Amino acid sequence: MKNIKFLLVGILFGTVLTKTEAVSWFRIQEMFRFQSFHMYGIIGSAVVVGAISVWLIKKFKIKSIEREEINIPSKQFSKGQIIGGTIFGMGWALAGACPGPLYALLGAGYPVILVVIASALLGTWTYAWLKPKLPH
Amino acid sequence: MIEILKEPWPWYVSGPLIGISVPLLLVLGNKMLGISSSLRHACAAVAPFNIKFLRYNWKTEIWNLFFVLGIFIGGFVGGVLLNNGLPVNISPDTIKDIQGLGITSFQGLVPSDLYNWETVFSIKGLVILGFGGFMIGFGSRYAGGCTSGHAIMGLSSLQWPSLVAVIFFFIGGLLMTHILTPLIYNWLN
Repeated sequence: MKNIKFLLVGILFGTVLTKTEAVSWFRIQEMFRFQSFHMYGIIGSAVVVGAISVWLIKKFKIKSIEREEINIPSKQFSKGQIIGGTIFGMGWALAGACPGPLYALLGAGYPVILVVIASALLGTWTYAWLKPKLPH
Repeated sequence: MIEILKEPWPWYVSGPLIGISVPLLLVLGNKMLGISSSLRHACAAVAPFNIKFLRYNWKTEIWNLFFVLGIFIGGFVGGVLLNNGLPVNISPDTIKDIQGLGITSFQGLVPSDLYNWETVFSIKGLVILGFGGFMIGFGSRYAGGCTSGHAIMGLSSLQWPSLVAVIFFFIGGLLMTHILTPLIYNWLN
């Protein structure tokens, strides 16, 4: 039951992502061709709101509803952000979606996207398998 | 009211709503926004074998699977219940560029020229959707996150490794769009 709240945040997130067309292959094409401000406006304003919220949470030491201290673990730098980041960007531009939109598009009535999801799972699994051999 | 909700939502409405999910997840459960991790948890649940990266108790991360199930439902709300039936309102320049790739259908959220069952099982579908999807999964896990975990959560918490990741997401995307995409479509059309 305690996971229902995350389901609800997901529903909000997915609805917004879909209604603002961030899940659209066409919008991703437009973004990487710098032909509209739309996607940049979405990501930029999301980061601004997110950053102000995180700053407020830290400043006022806001606790979670379970009265826990909110901690944000730092992300460790690795060569993965460079190599993996480039590979991810290529996939994003080629298939025209990132992971969030893959789930949203399935719900929006595009079952063909299952093929992309299955391929993304295979890619994730392959990374896990090859991880010890890859530069980090 | 419903009619207004059916209009495409402008960036200054949707962007802040997406940003709000960062504090919502933190306050509701000390969770960091991130979507590509769900792919890892799914692999860990179904096919961990002897792979160290997949041998962990994925059940402690089950909230993330509820979150992406919500995104799927949200896709239905936004894409079906609130669908206005109009094509995505992209710029005329983009339409011209995309037509140059041989795309003719501009209805819906994705072009049916590519996203149909027949194409999926051709070389073209295999490369664009199969290999594209593979790179999404492989690259995001290798980078330690995707657009949500690095671009939104990571940048919101001012983490410089996330900035590096986002810069390279764009380098990869630009390389694909401007150099490789014309070659790939030329070869496959």
